[in-house]
Amino acid sequence: MASLELTGVRKAFGSTPVLDDVSLSIEPREFIAFLGPSGSGKSTLLRIIAGLESADAGEVWLDGRRIDPLPPGDRGVAMVFQHYALYPHMSVRENMAFGLRNARVPADEIESRVSEAARVLEIAEHLDKKPGQLSGGQRQRVAIGRAIVKQPKLFLLDEPLSNLDAALRMRTRVELAQLKQKVDAAVIMVTHDQAEAMTLADRIMVMNDRRIQQVGPPMEIYSRPANIFVAQFVGSPAMTLLPAQLVEGNGTLANVRLGDGSEIATGVPRNGLPGGELRLGLRPEAVRVAAEGGTRAKVELVERLGERTIIYGRLSDGQPITAEDEGYSRVAIGDEVGLAIDGGAAHLFTADGTGHHATERAA
Amino acid sequence: MKAMTRHNLGGFLFVAPFLLLYLFILIYPLFLGIALSFRRVDLFGGGTFVGLDNYVRLLADPVFHQSLLNTFTVALMIVPTLTVLTLLLALALNRPARSATIFRGIFFSSSVLSVTIVTLIWRFVLAPDAGLLGEIATALGAEPLPFLSHPQLALPALALTTIWWSIGLPMMLFLAGLQQIPEDVYEAAALDRASKWTTFWRVTLPGLRRTLIVVIMLQTAAQLQLFGQAQLLTGGGPSGASRTIVLFIFEVAFGRWELGYATAAAEILFILILAITLTQYWATNRTREAEGGR
Repeated sequence: MASLELTGVRKAFGSTPVLDDVSLSIEPREFIAFLGPSGSGKSTLLRIIAGLESADAGEVWLDGRRIDPLPPGDRGVAMVFQHYALYPHMSVRENMAFGLRNARVPADEIESRVSEAARVLEIAEHLDKKPGQLSGGQRQRVAIGRAIVKQPKLFLLDEPLSNLDAALRMRTRVELAQLKQKVDAAVIMVTHDQAEAMTLADRIMVMNDRRIQQVGPPMEIYSRPANIFVAQFVGSPAMTLLPAQLVEGNGTLANVRLGDGSEIATGVPRNGLPGGELRLGLRPEAVRVAAEGGTRAKVELVERLGERTIIYGRLSDGQPITAEDEGYSRVAIGDEVGLAIDGGAAHLFTADGTGHHATERAA
Repeated sequence: MKAMTRHNLGGFLFVAPFLLLYLFILIYPLFLGIALSFRRVDLFGGGTFVGLDNYVRLLADPVFHQSLLNTFTVALMIVPTLTVLTLLLALALNRPARSATIFRGIFFSSSVLSVTIVTLIWRFVLAPDAGLLGEIATALGAEPLPFLSHPQLALPALALTTIWWSIGLPMMLFLAGLQQIPEDVYEAAALDRASKWTTFWRVTLPGLRRTLIVVIMLQTAAQLQLFGQAQLLTGGGPSGASRTIVLFIFEVAFGRWELGYATAAAEILFILILAITLTQYWATNRTREAEGGR
């Protein structure tokens, strides 16, 4: 049985629609990330699940119980807010115990849950301090602790790492991953950071423009993007998209010709493709700099990342392309280089944006 | 070192206009007042040094005692009522609705009136023969209450008038304070199953504590100096039942022209207000330290 079930959720603020017919099913103990740009509706969806916002239509079910008519406190969910939202006048201990007190949990039970959470989160020595005396990372832990002690069926994390500095963010990411193993609950995390979503989530739900664009495991989202939006939003640097023409032929796989005349043999089956304009999608790692490469490009920018180098260039017909080279690349701005394109790893997108991929992932 | 001094000098030049004005208009008269309180002075100037004589006389003066008692009684009627009332108003009007904006304006409007207008309005309300309350009482078949001429009703009448007049500023302060409390803390409380009542006591009120203390301090200092309403509405009567300290000072200074004696009373009021507000300030700072600077 699914843990959380959303069916046909709609929401508009005044005349501005923000969610349009969103349906989703989450397994027990699953960690799912809502990924999308600002204004995609992901935070609103989270707040509808929490009960902080009411849906205009649709239902929310948690563990076989319809929760959307219930007040936030009765839904069996706990939330970690982006800005922590700790009670500034209460000690850390009181912050964590507040929800349990309101739920009339016996005092000794509260005490044991709070001290257990404080132990796990390594904030035991701060229990009697006020939030104002803690660092950002410690406040974050208190906010997580306040959620844990409630033993909810579902954790809701609203951009939990966005307020931390880079080093702390990496550490907290690891800790969130460990936390996921320890708690017996499903977790939803809202984020606009694809690296967070990729590393933490069992499944990613990509949202844009009020709708779910794709739901799937991180590698499926990355390697089989459902449409152009997902292809461009996930992966850094972004996927290159080139206008392409289908070349007549009798093989089962599609061959395409690019604007500069070079021909690419893709792994995408020819028979599901409609005629007309196509776009070829290439991840940077599918385009390698090679002297004998059949496609030529003029280099406009070289980005050295250490273990690899990203080359931004233009094909002879002016189309931008992103390629990869080894860390000690000798390519310089203004060079003309040859590119070896791995057609087996290429994607094709039809005019309406739908993605078509190789049947078997290239090993 | 030299650069430092020049740097400081530049700073002083910037504050000099204010500082000079402040010294001449506030600090100099303050000390002049203290000096005056040790002298017997009348309209024809000069006067003679009498030491603590004015203060000794004050401590034995039943009229001064009465005015002290009146002032504290009326302040005790006004400050707690006004604080609670304006807090409730602010809570009710702390929403983005258009009607709330209109009501905020209405409740604030009385603050812009001068004390003359305020007392004029309330005379129409309180006068027993033709006043609003009198008419209502008569319509209900009851005897109209003589608010302004009854020794037990004069102070409540003053308090009522003052509360109506002063409601605007504390309400605005509370509204500003409420808007400082982040919305997500309320959302966290909702997820923590906090009832409205619990949320008020554990989230809203602690968040307003500093505003609350500012309001109480300002109102205490203001109401201990209550003057215009008493002078215009009751003239301090009947038989001194609503004479406040400032009214006493006014009568002594500009009725009897005993300037030294009046100044001594003013100094006592000054010390009382200073002591009360400093105590409140000290109490705030102490609790703030306990909260780690927040």
